[in-house]
Amino acid sequence: MAERNFKVVGKGHRKKDSEQLLLGKPLFVDDITTGQGTLVVKLLRSPHPNAIVEDINTAVAKKLPGIVAVYTWQDVPQERFAIAGQTYPEPSPYDRLILDRHVRFVGDPVAIIAGETEKAVDAAMKVIKVKYEVLEPVLDYHTAKDNPVLVHPEDNWKASLPVGGDNKRNMVAAEEHTHGDVDAVFATCDHIIEHKFHIRAVQQTMMETFRAYTEIDRYGRLHVISSTQIVFHLRRILSHALGIPKSKIRTEKPRIGGGFGAKQTAVNEVYPAFVTWMTKRPAKIIYSRKECQICGSPRHEMEVSVRLGAMQDGTIRGIHVYTLSNSGAYGEHGPTTVHLSGTKPIPLYTGNLEAYRFNTEVVYTNLQAAGAYRGYGAPQGIFAVESCVNELAEKIGMDPTEIRLKNMVREGMIMHAYYGETCNACALDRCMERAKELFKWDEKYPVRDMGNGKVRTAGVAMAMQGSCISNLDVGSATLKLSDDGTYNLIHGAADMGTGSDTILAQMVAECMDCEPDDVAVLSADTDYSPYDSGSYASSTTYITGKATELACEKLKKEICHVAAGMLGCDEEEMEFAGKEVKRIGTDQSVSLKDISYKLQLNSNDSGTVTVSHSSPVSPPPYMVGMVEIELDKLTGKVDILNYQSVVDCGTVINPKLARIQTEGGIAQGIGMALMENVTYVNGKPLEESFMQYKIPSRQDVGVLRTEFEQSYEPTGPFGAKSIGEVVINTPAPALAHAIYRATGTWFRDLPILPEHIVFGKQPFYDKD
Amino acid sequence: MEVKINVNGRVITDSVDADMLLMDFLRKHGCYSVKCGCETTNCGLCTVLMDDVPVLSCSVLAARAAGHKIMTLEGLQEEAKEFIGFIANQGAEQCGFCNPGFIVNTIALLRENPNPTDDEIRAFLVGNLCRCSGYDGQLRGIRDFLNFRNSRKE
Amino acid sequence: MLTIKNYVRAQSLDEAYELNQKKTACVMGGMMWLRMTGRTVMTMIDLCGLGLNKIEETETEFSIGAMVTLRQLETHPGLNAYTKGCMKKAVQDIVGIQFRNGATVGGSIYGRFGFSDVVTVFQAMDTYVEMHKGGIIPLAEFVKKPYDRDILVRIIVKKQPLAISYQAMRIQRTDFPVLTCAVSKLGDEYRAAIGARPSVAALIRDTEGILAAGINDDSAEKFAAAVAAAAKTDSNSRGSAEYRTHLAKVLTQRATLEIGGQL
Repeated sequence: MAERNFKVVGKGHRKKDSEQLLLGKPLFVDDITTGQGTLVVKLLRSPHPNAIVEDINTAVAKKLPGIVAVYTWQDVPQERFAIAGQTYPEPSPYDRLILDRHVRFVGDPVAIIAGETEKAVDAAMKVIKVKYEVLEPVLDYHTAKDNPVLVHPEDNWKASLPVGGDNKRNMVAAEEHTHGDVDAVFATCDHIIEHKFHIRAVQQTMMETFRAYTEIDRYGRLHVISSTQIVFHLRRILSHALGIPKSKIRTEKPRIGGGFGAKQTAVNEVYPAFVTWMTKRPAKIIYSRKECQICGSPRHEMEVSVRLGAMQDGTIRGIHVYTLSNSGAYGEHGPTTVHLSGTKPIPLYTGNLEAYRFNTEVVYTNLQAAGAYRGYGAPQGIFAVESCVNELAEKIGMDPTEIRLKNMVREGMIMHAYYGETCNACALDRCMERAKELFKWDEKYPVRDMGNGKVRTAGVAMAMQGSCISNLDVGSATLKLSDDGTYNLIHGAADMGTGSDTILAQMVAECMDCEPDDVAVLSADTDYSPYDSGSYASSTTYITGKATELACEKLKKEICHVAAGMLGCDEEEMEFAGKEVKRIGTDQSVSLKDISYKLQLNSNDSGTVTVSHSSPVSPPPYMVGMVEIELDKLTGKVDILNYQSVVDCGTVINPKLARIQTEGGIAQGIGMALMENVTYVNGKPLEESFMQYKIPSRQDVGVLRTEFEQSYEPTGPFGAKSIGEVVINTPAPALAHAIYRATGTWFRDLPILPEHIVFGKQPFYDKD
Repeated sequence: MEVKINVNGRVITDSVDADMLLMDFLRKHGCYSVKCGCETTNCGLCTVLMDDVPVLSCSVLAARAAGHKIMTLEGLQEEAKEFIGFIANQGAEQCGFCNPGFIVNTIALLRENPNPTDDEIRAFLVGNLCRCSGYDGQLRGIRDFLNFRNSRKE
Repeated sequence: MLTIKNYVRAQSLDEAYELNQKKTACVMGGMMWLRMTGRTVMTMIDLCGLGLNKIEETETEFSIGAMVTLRQLETHPGLNAYTKGCMKKAVQDIVGIQFRNGATVGGSIYGRFGFSDVVTVFQAMDTYVEMHKGGIIPLAEFVKKPYDRDILVRIIVKKQPLAISYQAMRIQRTDFPVLTCAVSKLGDEYRAAIGARPSVAALIRDTEGILAAGINDDSAEKFAAAVAAAAKTDSNSRGSAEYRTHLAKVLTQRATLEIGGQL
């Protein structure tokens, strides 16, 4: 590991917006759009999973007092578009209309209602008469491919990229990757572990539901204030959906009440945008929690089939992962999420891996459309593969930490299952050793009988993720020298509470030898910010951070140039020194303040630089998670006692914020593993509220312990990699492992509920 | 119907529908700290003090609150400032959307039990959901504040 | 969305009763559950001005006003001394403190909700419900009665000698319970209340005298088996009938052994 000494990077600075947030100041969409005359927008939704709107009568609704507009499929543009927040041309198919005559899941919108008050809109909703031609739905994703019932029979369905999609076969995407001859390897293995795993369409449940405000600005343009992670993609999506040029649209985000990937999809912005564009009046849509649950953008339900070939001594030689992914009624993020179910778990075992195969199929069904959720396919694949590795360890009687140390990827290795990238920075081995020591693995792993039917034991898993989408994501930073020698950083990434605005300011402070307080940050406004793909794929620290670092270097040169002009010397003679610029080898210097005022007086220099950055690699962060549980064999209740994480995210830019990222991800992973259920009745999720969909409370997560083992990633800013997503991956396999230790049964369908534990079986995956 | 509600020390008189929720009444009158995170009484984001007791303002009618004393985070700023820095030091505010309900309920906790144990903190605040922090950072922040306060007393 | 046309803060129980005779009227408790019903109420009757928010304790009984909150039950020293802390144990996992500051005992009991921890724990005691017109009737009888338009005024718990244990199984800590169980020795009678079956807590008495000769591992297991057999269970999203029957046995056995320790 390269040792580096930093002054600001690596310190646990408070988030720049912390006091405003903690004092409850009005910072969110609904707090800052309180003007009179804003139309309330709501959607009438289909009660059927698959139907054609034969007739819709809005006449009575339109006449109700306070109703301004009611729109149906006949009123909207007929050009299909995608609402996934992805770089153009999007891998996600163009399969959406603002309103479609063909409704494809319970909750698909049928009409947009805009009115002066919520009561008026609710009243109008009740009197719209819809006659449906109810069609047979495709509800089982196992039978979706080549099913005679097509979710998208329309001829104007379009795939921008060749990702294996075909709407006439209910296919969103398919792919296959191989390296070596995996079948030949399996043929000579001592052990084959082969199982299917099931992960459900769990919800992000950010506390702030989807919401957006739209108005016509002073130039007659559409101004959108949305709780979004993707301002630039959102502008493009609205341009496609409404058929208006991007020059007519400005999108921005205020503070966001959580995203976790949900807000990487333009789930509801098109509706108020359409209302405002048609009526020229301000409009606002606020999804209810129920709407978030039944027509949001959850994780892709996946069935992951794993074959893992190994020798008696624990050498893992071959892995085959086949993933069937359920995209639901629309294809948002369908082609890409599934990709991570293989490219994240398999390379973890690069150590002795001779061959692998990874193939996928992504299908349409008449269920809620899935999208992006922290981990983006990796949690599904990692649950499956890590569980198989744990099973192998138990089968051959090897400690599961030892089997990992024997097979894990290490620095310098080429990861064939990860785009052939070389592992430049990897402390996974140190993470494992440190976790064992901190957790007291050797004491906690054995099953201990606590009496009264209760046992204590432990489980382990490891994980990786990426730090961006390589050769694709773009981050940019504009850095301005301000009047008094302070700085303005303007970027396009979306701080969704994670603190990215703060860590980017720390980077500027590190480079420019000042304090984070000297750096004002403005983010994510398409009129002001330089282009950024958006905050997803764990990319903000790594990509936008690097752009920020590079912008600092460029601005230093510019400052030296101006200073040289002031002293009448060559800029090569100047040296940037924080509050001033020195002329090397002399006593001469110019203060930043004087330089900044010079920029405002008879100047041809702007003191402003913009740098964009993209990366040919996506260096993985790594982590190890260990969980200790107490399991009540008589009731099946699992209590988490403590969860030890040791994370390698490269250089830790802000240890406090990185720790909270980790713990928040662990808690979400615990929810997915033990309680967050998704069950359908006639195509509709039963868990449609927080009363039914239970996320962990603070009495459900146990004590979370987090440590970092730093590596130094040469391509990242200050050696940093990502942190945001890798942290959700370990709880499910670690908990399934601990539960196996306690009960002798492997559970492969999440969530693992107390009833499953008591009876030793799960409804769908009980074959051992 | 007309109601008079004492909000943060100021009596507000307004004409409301019988089914107006206190939460909506408070936001209408500028208390934007009061947030809605669910429709089913589960999230705790809308917590306010009613006659000094923490309640869910989504489940109180404005009509029932008439004649009562309501405090939102807007009216509890000074009390909040005593400890929010310790939460900020943990980075545990995160997205901030659940913060007002969490801070108001923490104030209620510390008024009722100035020296709670970790388990007492978890139990008192269990109705305040947070999806960002994993909760432990919030606990560490409160613990740091209590340690600081207790060390000052000694 | 709950729609309310008129709100009336009743000045007397008689006024509340009169207003409540119309089918479109409704008495509000904490308004926790009511809000989610999506119904239209012409007249919402609020009892909050009638002084029913007090727990009164005498030598012989507790008198608990209908508007007493679950949080008051949780923190009442007398009730918790009498119930060996089971009152607190029964309500402490219901959603959160803010919820329990709103939810009322009258609402919980009147609702006769299947998931109710409150009904379960009171079923294990000598509990009565006082209705404005219907007078005082045992809780076990009340929970079987159909909904009518009477007004629940207070809950009365007679202070019989009591040993009691409360157990509940929840998947998530503040969720509805998968099963609730309260076992008590009330005077000389052993009884178990099994709730969240998922229907309302059923009272099962030790009519066969399984525990008559005392509580030991063997008798506790037999009693638990008898209770599990008698408590009819059903399936819903939180668990199957089979699992609930299993839990009824496990929790009853644990609770029985616990009260054995109190005797």
